[in-house]
Amino acid sequence: MRELKYKEAISEAHVQAMLKNPNIYMMGVGVADPTGIFGTTIAASKCFGKERVFDTPLSENTLTGIGIGSAMCGLRPILIHARNDFLLLTMDQIVNHAAKWNYMAGGKLPIPFLIRAIIGRGWGQAAQHSQSLQALFAHIPGLQVIMPSSPYDAKGLILSSMESDKTTICIEHRWLYEKSGPVPEEPYSIPFGKGTILRKGKDITLVAISHMTLEAKTAAEECSKENIDIEIIDPRSLRPLDEDLILSSIKKTGRLIIADAAWKMCGMSSEISALAAEKCFPYLKAPILRITLQDTPTPCSSVLETVYYPTSMNIVKAARSLFSGKPKDDAKEFIAAKSERDFSGPF
Amino acid sequence: MNKSNSQLSPELAQKLYLSLLRCRKFEEKIVELYPQQEIRCPTHLSLGQEGVAAGVCSALEKEDLIFSTHRCHSHTIAKGADLKFLMAELYGKKTGCSKGKGGSMHFLQPEIGAMGASAIVGGTIPLAIGAALALKMKSKNQVSVAFFGDGAIEQGTFHEGLNFASLKKLPVLFICENNGLATCTPISSRQPFSDIYKRAESYMIPGNQVDGTNVHEVYQAAATAVERAKKGEGPTLIEAQCYRWREHVGPNFDYQLGFRSKEDVEKAIEKCPIKCLEEKIKNENILSKEILLEISDLVTKEIEESVNFAKESPFPQAEEIFMDL
Ligand SMILES: Cc1ncc(C[n+]2csc(CCOP(=O)(O)OP(=O)(O)O)c2C)c(N)n1
Ligand SMILES: [Mg+2]
Repeated sequence: MRELKYKEAISEAHVQAMLKNPNIYMMGVGVADPTGIFGTTIAASKCFGKERVFDTPLSENTLTGIGIGSAMCGLRPILIHARNDFLLLTMDQIVNHAAKWNYMAGGKLPIPFLIRAIIGRGWGQAAQHSQSLQALFAHIPGLQVIMPSSPYDAKGLILSSMESDKTTICIEHRWLYEKSGPVPEEPYSIPFGKGTILRKGKDITLVAISHMTLEAKTAAEECSKENIDIEIIDPRSLRPLDEDLILSSIKKTGRLIIADAAWKMCGMSSEISALAAEKCFPYLKAPILRITLQDTPTPCSSVLETVYYPTSMNIVKAARSLFSGKPKDDAKEFIAAKSERDFSGPF
Repeated sequence: MNKSNSQLSPELAQKLYLSLLRCRKFEEKIVELYPQQEIRCPTHLSLGQEGVAAGVCSALEKEDLIFSTHRCHSHTIAKGADLKFLMAELYGKKTGCSKGKGGSMHFLQPEIGAMGASAIVGGTIPLAIGAALALKMKSKNQVSVAFFGDGAIEQGTFHEGLNFASLKKLPVLFICENNGLATCTPISSRQPFSDIYKRAESYMIPGNQVDGTNVHEVYQAAATAVERAKKGEGPTLIEAQCYRWREHVGPNFDYQLGFRSKEDVEKAIEKCPIKCLEEKIKNENILSKEILLEISDLVTKEIEESVNFAKESPFPQAEEIFMDL
């Protein structure tokens, strides 16, 4: 099959959806500028012009509300933020309005709305430009939250959101943008709430989210040399979450590791742990382990960034500990293994 | 001394010149060093815009407070920060102004009144107002300054902030550096009109437009606003028109992106704030050439020292990630 980069898959999804449905429009800070949100909006901007793809003032919260209002009246907005962090300015409109309007209206006013935002890890982006905030949104009933990790999933999930009647938050990781993978040319959709098994295995269930799927694959290869057979599950959508897929895997392996490059407390890793504890406790043969960020804001200095982000080595150590009987390395043991990194430079 | 006097005294000329050169040479050094890939953070340079920082901060006392943005180098330098600590921060070192935690977008030095910078556009406007509220409640004869770009006008914090500051007659200066751009998007695509100073009228405060490349003009406007604030008459909005010479973030030029031409950038560079001041000093015979050279040499030396300091300083220890939370 033809290969596309992640960013190209997103771009293609936008163009195909907008060709099909004239009610779709796209806005955001920089969507129509020459760099086009790291290349994902340039094609749409060229194809559909300023009427349907337009730059906005830096007014994120109000623009979110404008998106909601237009969605009530027959349009399908796409609002894009170059950083996840800017979503925080829009919490009022997303949480108090987009997520609730249809419910408060007794189902009479659905809000079909796609909001994309990017995690800007690396190169000293520091505390306000690199946050992974998926859990904040996954917490909210009335929203859909997706985190595609492959070009195939990015295109399929974005196209699905264009058919959905709900507000979808799509959180992308900057380090996935240049990764290539097979992507069908024709439009297709991936249902929300359906995860995927990235690698079959029998010893450990490893639920990996977004960019951590790449670290998970590296870790699984390493572990297979030690006869530890890891099954990797990518939930792809966090709300709704594919509980069945995760639970049936745990029932098979009896061990669970969750890798989510976000904070541990009240994070997706907490939620998935709770799911396992609630619904398949008798099957668990070992404590659940979680691979997450350090419990601090993102530091700027490159040496501290290395400490902050988990890598495949953290996963490998956790996996080993499940079989050696030794406790997992605690958070303060730092593993400075070089993370896969083809991202450098100012942005 | 009446600070809003239109005469440029030798004393003030020297102060402004020194301030401009410290800002300029610090960032020219970044341009030179960035390709070495040891400065590993996004840097938003204010080359060409230094007249605003130097003019405003020269009208302040050490005790006055400033709050800044992602483009914070010149503000912090002009307020009097120690360049060693700033350079070390760019290098991610333990000796940096925020111990390697913040990097280029979050310069600060509270001892000299530089209270920090936010990478969220519009993020520090309320903080500056809050500081002004504290100054007023504690009856301090000081002012607080919010620096922000033309992009911040589009945020609610600007409008809500001006409303509150005017209502409470707070001692705060709103300094908008209008470079006509937010990344590559011109102000004409973002706002219905570009005379930002006119926004002041709807909040019943004075609004001035100044030429940001004329450091003395900026200084005078700021000095007037400081006087007014200290008399308890409330805030002022100053729009300083300026031009961003380099790309939005990073050390290079950006005309290859096609949203502005090389000719436009070159024309803007002709209108350099340092050159403008030098001409004025020469034409009005305010300072000798020797003094200017002496200042320039002094600054060059200060920059070299800051680079050596930064390069020789240690990186933070891994455990330091957990500190200062
Ligand atoms: C709330 C928010 N939205 C978007 C951004 C991304 N961004 C960073 S700087 C910038 C442009 C800001 O323009 P302006 O305020 O005029 O400052 P300038 O860069 O021109 O100094 C943008 C869009 C951000 N940092 N914060
Ligand atoms: Mg600007």
